[in-house]
Amino acid sequence: MDRTQPILTMSGVGKRFPGVIALRDVDFRLFPGEVHALLGENGAGKSTLIKVLTGVYEIDEGSIELAGEPVLFRGPAQAQQAGVSTVYQEVNLCPNLSVAENISIGREPRRFGLIDFRRMRAHATKLLQSLGIDIDSGSPLAAHSIAVQQMVAIARAVDISAKVLILDEPTSSLDAGEVEQLFRLVRRLRDQGLAIVFVTHFLDQVYAIADRITVLRNGTLVGEYRTADLPQRDLVEKMIGQDLRTLKSLEEQRKPVLRELEAGEPLIAADQLGRSGAIAPFSLTIHKGEVVGLAGLLGSGRSELARLLFGADRADTGRLQIDGNPVTLRGPRTAMAQDVAYLSENRRADGLIDDLSVRENIILALQADRGWTRPVPRRRQDELVERYVKALHIRPADPEIPVRNLSGGNQQKVLLARWLITEPRLLILDEPTRGIDVGAKAEIQKLVVELADGGMAVLFISAELEEVLRLSHKIAVLRDRVVVAQLANTDDVDADRIMTVIASGAG
Amino acid sequence: MTAILRHRLFWPVLALVLLLLSNLVFTPGFFTVELRQGHLYGSLIDILRLSSPLILVALGMTLVIATGGIDLSVGSVMAVSGALACLHISGQPDQGALSTVLTACALGVGLAILLGAWNGFLVAVVGLQPIIATLILMVAGRGLAQLITKGQIITVNSPAYRFIGAGYWLTFPFAVIIAAVVVALTVVLTRRTALGLLVEAVGGNPRASRLAGVGSRRLTWGVYAFTGLCAGIAGLMATANVSSADGNAVGNLIELNAILAVVIGGTSLAGGRFSIAGTVIGALLIQTLDTTIYTTGIPAETTQLFKALVVIVICLVQSPAFRSKVARLRRRPRPRLAAPVNAEAST
Repeated sequence: MDRTQPILTMSGVGKRFPGVIALRDVDFRLFPGEVHALLGENGAGKSTLIKVLTGVYEIDEGSIELAGEPVLFRGPAQAQQAGVSTVYQEVNLCPNLSVAENISIGREPRRFGLIDFRRMRAHATKLLQSLGIDIDSGSPLAAHSIAVQQMVAIARAVDISAKVLILDEPTSSLDAGEVEQLFRLVRRLRDQGLAIVFVTHFLDQVYAIADRITVLRNGTLVGEYRTADLPQRDLVEKMIGQDLRTLKSLEEQRKPVLRELEAGEPLIAADQLGRSGAIAPFSLTIHKGEVVGLAGLLGSGRSELARLLFGADRADTGRLQIDGNPVTLRGPRTAMAQDVAYLSENRRADGLIDDLSVRENIILALQADRGWTRPVPRRRQDELVERYVKALHIRPADPEIPVRNLSGGNQQKVLLARWLITEPRLLILDEPTRGIDVGAKAEIQKLVVELADGGMAVLFISAELEEVLRLSHKIAVLRDRVVVAQLANTDDVDADRIMTVIASGAG
Repeated sequence: MTAILRHRLFWPVLALVLLLLSNLVFTPGFFTVELRQGHLYGSLIDILRLSSPLILVALGMTLVIATGGIDLSVGSVMAVSGALACLHISGQPDQGALSTVLTACALGVGLAILLGAWNGFLVAVVGLQPIIATLILMVAGRGLAQLITKGQIITVNSPAYRFIGAGYWLTFPFAVIIAAVVVALTVVLTRRTALGLLVEAVGGNPRASRLAGVGSRRLTWGVYAFTGLCAGIAGLMATANVSSADGNAVGNLIELNAILAVVIGGTSLAGGRFSIAGTVIGALLIQTLDTTIYTTGIPAETTQLFKALVVIVICLVQSPAFRSKVARLRRRPRPRLAAPVNAEAST
C-alpha cells in the first residue's frame, strides 16, 4: 500500500444545524499506516466531522475521497462496507453472545442455510490470534473487561475489511494497564497499514500513540501537525485559543479575607442538617459575598448536601436558618422564595428542557417563581435574555433556537442565566464546569468571583480541586457522606492538604 | 416556499385540503355552502358541526399529552356528563325551560370536572401512570353512566337542550360556536399567560421543571380537570344532538380519535411542545375522513379498514423520518458527488 498518498481526504467540509454552524470549511487528511489524533474542545466539531464522514449526517458542503474515489455514505453500515469502521466509547456489541458470534454477527458463515458455528469459531480464533488478543472465542463477551470488549469490537471492524478505523474516545473508561493493552493492538494495526483516527480528551495518550494531530476549534480547522513538532503546551493553546489568559488573570485577583466576610450575620446557616442515606448531619454557614467550596470525591455527598439547602430533597434532621429566621424547605419553590438558586449537576436530566428554545429555558425559573398567571412580558423577556446572552457570551446568540442545538458549555451558560435572572442571594453551583471546554470554564469561574464581589453568596461544588481552591474563601471537605473538615482557604491550604484530608478523613 | 414547507402545520393542512378536494369526485356540490332560512347549509358546515365534540375532547387531550400524560377516560366522562344532564331535564315538569337546561348543563359539566380532577389526583398526587389512572375511569365511567340512566336510554323533549347540539345561532351551528369559543379561550389561556410554557416544560423534562420551581403537581392536576371540562361539554353536545343519553354509545372510542387528532396535529406523545391549531386541524381531518367514507358509499363492512389505511398514509406523509427516506430513495440513481472545492482557499 502506498503510504505517501492519503487514504482519506475530506476537503472544505461544512455542516449546519438549525441555528448552528457545526463545521466550516474543514480539511482532513488521513494516511495509511498512521494514528491520527483528532482533537478539540467540546463543541469544536470532532464528533460532527466523524458523523459526516460515516454518513450519520448528510454533508452540506465539501467532498470526501476514499482511496482517491469520491464517496458519500448514506449511513454507518455503508461506510463500514467501504472500509470505514467506527468503534465507539460504549461498545456496540451484544454482551450476551459469544465473542465469535459478535465478530461475525450479520455475516455468519452458513452451511445448508444454517449457521456454521464451527467455521465461525475457527475464523474468530484465527482473527484474534493474528491480532494478539488471547481469549477464548467461545466465551460470552460479557465475561471480559471493557478493554477486551473494545478490542473485540476493533477485531470485528478490521475483519470487515477496514481501511480506516475510527476510535471515538475508546479509552475514557479504561485504566492505565488496559489503555496500554489497547494501544498495543492499535500499534500493530497501524504497522499493518491501517489508517487510524483517534479521538480523545487525554493529551498524554495523544503523545503516547499519535503520529499526527488535527486540531479543530469552533467548527473550523486550526491546523494539522506532526506530534513530534508540537509541544503539549502549544497544543493546548491551539485547542483553546487565547482563553488561557483569562484563567491567569483570575489567579492574580486578591480574595477578600475570610474574617471580614464572616464578621456579619450568616445568610444561611445549617445546624446539624441531614438526611439519612444521603448525608450525615452537618453544620455550615454561608455569608453574603462568600464563596464556599465543597471538595470530595464522586459520591461523597456533595450534591446531596446541596440538594438539602435547595429543598430538592427534604432534610429529616436538623435546622436551617436563612437571615436568622428558621425555615423549612418543603421543595424548590420554598427555597426559591428565599432567593436560593441551584444549578444542578446533571445538565441533561435535571436542567435543560431540550424541546424549548434558549429564551424559554432562560426564563423558566423566573416564570415559575412568578406563577403562570403573571407571565413575564415578552419585551422584558427579550431584554433579560439579550443581556445574559451577551454577558455570558452564549453562542449562537439567537435565543429562539432549541437549546439542544447548543454545545455543552453554552447549555451550561443558559442554565446559569436561568438562575442569574432570578437574582438569587445564594447561588449553588453543582459541577458548573464539568464537561465544558476550557474557555467556558474560565468565563464561569470569572463570573463566580464577580458575583461574590457583588455580594452574592455562592456554594461551589467541583471535582476539580484546583478550581475549588482558586475560587473559595472556605472549603468544606466531604468523605463518605460526612463533612469531615472545614478549612479557611489560606495560603497554606493546597490540593495536597485537601487530598490528605479526603484520604485520612481528618482536618 | 421552503419556509411554508417547513412549517409544522404544512403537512396536516395539506392532508386536509387533499381529502376535501377528493370529495369533489364523489359529491359535485361538496363545497357549496348555502344560506337557507338564515342558516348555513352544506357539507363543509356539517363537517364543522359534527367535529365539534371531537375538537373539544382533543383540545383537552392536547394539554394532557403535552404534560407527558394521556387521558383514556374522556369518552366515559362524556357519557356521564350527558347522562346526568338528560336525567335532570327528564325529571323536570317543563323540560324546555331555559333554567332547567342551564342547571342540567352545570350539573353535567360540574361532574365532568370532578371526574377530571379525580384523574389528576391519581396522576399528580398518588403518582399512578396516566394510562392506568385514566383507564380506571374509562371503565368505571361507563358504569357510572349506566347507573345514572339506570341502563335505559333517557330521551328528553327539550328544544332548548337540543339547541346545544343541533341549533343555529348567528347563521352558524351553535355547537361550532361553542367549540370555537372554548378553543379561542384555551389559546388565550395557554399562550397569553405562562401556562403553555410551564406545561411544555413539565412535559419536556419533569425533573428539571421541578428543580426550576415549576409547581408541576398543581399544573398536572389542573390540566386533567380541564380535560374533564372539555369532555363534559362534548358530552352535552353529543346527547343534545340526538336528544337522548345512551350510557354505552356516547363518546364510545372517542379517546382514540382524540389522541389521533393530537398526534396528527404535531404534538408528540412524549410530551413537551403542543399545538392547539394542529389539534383542531387533526380533528377536522378525522371528521372529514368519516364524512368522506360515508358519502363515497364504501361498503359498511370495509369502512374501518379503509379509514385505517388513510390514517396510516396520513401519519407516514407527516413523519419527517419517512419523508427523508423517500427523498433519499428518489435521489439514489444519481449519487451526489463532490462539489468542486478550492483546496488552497481552505488552509
